[in-house]
Amino acid sequence: MIELSGIRKAFNQGHDNEYWALDGIDLSIEAKKVTALRGPSGSGKTTLLTIVGCLARPTEGRVRLLGEDISGLPERFLTEIRRKRFGFIFQQFNLIKGLSALDNIILPAYPTGRPRRELLERAEELLAGLKLGHRRHAKVEWLSGGEQQRVAICRALINDPELVIADEPTANLDTHLSREFMGILEGLADQGRTILLTSHDPLVVESDVVQRVIDMRDGKLIDEH
Amino acid sequence: MKLWLAKQRYLIDFTLASLARRKTRNLGLLLVYTLLVFMLASVTLYTHALRQEAARVLAASPEVIVQRMVAGRHDLIPPGYMEKIGRIRGVQKMEGRLWGYYYDAVTKANYTFMVPAGNPPAAGEIVVGPALERSRGLAKDNGISFRSYSGKLHTFIVADVLPQASELVSADLVLMSEQNFRAFFDYPVGHYTDIALSVANPQEVRNVAVKLGAALPDARPILRDEVLRTYASIYDWREGIVLALLSAAILAFGILAWEKASGLSAEEKREIGILKAIGWETGDVIKMKFWEGLLISLTAFLAGFVAAYVHVFHFAASLFEPVLKGWAVLYPRFQLTPHIDGLQVATLFFFTVVPYAAAVLVPIWKAAITDPDSVMRS
Amino acid sequence: MRPADRAFLLLAAGICAFALCFVDAARLRAVAGADEAERTRLVAQLRLTDLALFTEARYTRHPSQADLHSAFQDHPLALEHFPTGSLIAPPAGLAKVGAGDTAK
Repeated sequence: MIELSGIRKAFNQGHDNEYWALDGIDLSIEAKKVTALRGPSGSGKTTLLTIVGCLARPTEGRVRLLGEDISGLPERFLTEIRRKRFGFIFQQFNLIKGLSALDNIILPAYPTGRPRRELLERAEELLAGLKLGHRRHAKVEWLSGGEQQRVAICRALINDPELVIADEPTANLDTHLSREFMGILEGLADQGRTILLTSHDPLVVESDVVQRVIDMRDGKLIDEH
Repeated sequence: MKLWLAKQRYLIDFTLASLARRKTRNLGLLLVYTLLVFMLASVTLYTHALRQEAARVLAASPEVIVQRMVAGRHDLIPPGYMEKIGRIRGVQKMEGRLWGYYYDAVTKANYTFMVPAGNPPAAGEIVVGPALERSRGLAKDNGISFRSYSGKLHTFIVADVLPQASELVSADLVLMSEQNFRAFFDYPVGHYTDIALSVANPQEVRNVAVKLGAALPDARPILRDEVLRTYASIYDWREGIVLALLSAAILAFGILAWEKASGLSAEEKREIGILKAIGWETGDVIKMKFWEGLLISLTAFLAGFVAAYVHVFHFAASLFEPVLKGWAVLYPRFQLTPHIDGLQVATLFFFTVVPYAAAVLVPIWKAAITDPDSVMRS
Repeated sequence: MRPADRAFLLLAAGICAFALCFVDAARLRAVAGADEAERTRLVAQLRLTDLALFTEARYTRHPSQADLHSAFQDHPLALEHFPTGSLIAPPAGLAKVGAGDTAK
């Protein structure tokens, strides 16, 4: 589904503190599979995630989505791709405080202008699927960590994306919640979605749900299982 | 179009939700903003309406008033002076006016005593202005005594009270017959206060003034145009002072608004990052903030303007009263006729709404064009 | 009701009130026509030259008729005595050369 070739990413390029977070990545992410990036912090896995997710552009190299080169596209097109094809689950959940769970979930669909009734129905459906229907009107800051993550998952799914990207999804969860998350992930995989996640949590990378684990270190791919 | 509207509604939903999160702060801002518009609008509405009123009413005043100057001060017109003017082409009528000031020690107010041109009150009778009616509690057929400057007490019967509607021009008038006037002030026979000339053709007025200047070097002609100009510039000074004072308030508000808008909190920056990451375009973020600025400034403008309108034209600008009254004891009660200058309103709109919207947008622009990947690196 | 609709409603109400101000102004102007005619008649009949806004001094009661220098009392450095002096500009002629004689 996504092919990366010769990806390099520099931060603070041209300054004294220039730093290459990614240093020559060639990777193909297959559709309808669960892929995990594993590595110590600073290995460049989150940076790679931002490049796959069109949140950032590589300094060098090409990104192909379904065979089309998207690394040179203007910001607007990248945003559109992000909105239509990708759903993001961030490590810190990144929900908007002050808004209810429902309002948070439908937020990524605002720029589409889809009817609100339709969006709310879809959001209710998603919440119910994650057994969180009873919390739909609660402000997100009143939710527990696990509930917040489930809201974040619903938000990632509101535009029905093909690819779900999750950054360290279990970092803020205890073992029980992490297991639950893996269950949700399995459900998503069963729906035929492509999933790309980063983690160094054995519970995640050693799980049966994850079909492919890629090891990273110092901005390079070092191993694959 | 429908889709566009649906999108804007979502953006407004969001911006209102984020405004509601800092409710006290934003309501406070809105209140201060509204108050500012209210003050500015009150001042402009009031002064414009008053100037319009003066221009319309005083358009009926005499074309030329001739004063005689002695040592640079206004002096009486001596007998024979009018004859010296002689016949000037274009002058239809030449009449001496008799008027003067009287200080009433009872009310500590100044009155304007005047002899009307046509049908003056009968001897011993006076017609008084509405402010006098109030301050001295006068009514028709009452008697009132004034002690003249020579020390003698003169008693008059109030024959009539001038209509309330004319108060703006007649509040302090006391009209009496010529005979009474001269007796009261010991005004020498044949002398007048000044001369009113009627000139039929407005084009002739300047020429008449030039000829007057030639015939009588000590005359000071006051043209109606100058009278009108005097009132066209009335309140210019005070408007300037008010605006100068307000400019401090405007600046303070500007700082407040700028601080609020440009001091984009880390929280807001993070939010913008999130919105962009989950698929909002930079344009959506900016539009969302634009709506915030527009909603706040438009609400403040509309509320402030409507409040100012009601204040000036339905409550007689009562908040300004202490400023406008000065030390005058007799202050006319009048309701201004609303004349609204569209250009002034447009200017007010432009200078209150646009800067705020801009102040909100500028920093957002900077924040919104940053890369969305910042949310992943926190 | 959605917040956006509430906002639209509020704005619409505000714009209506704003428009109503102008309608009300037109109404008041029509109503005040007779009063204004009364004032104009009195001005013409009594040959009045000034508004009776400030009666405390002759240069504020009749600013258009006042002595050229009266806004400054007796000399240009005299301190303004009455507060309303600040409401009224000195005679227009003073700003010009040959102030005493507008005819020139």
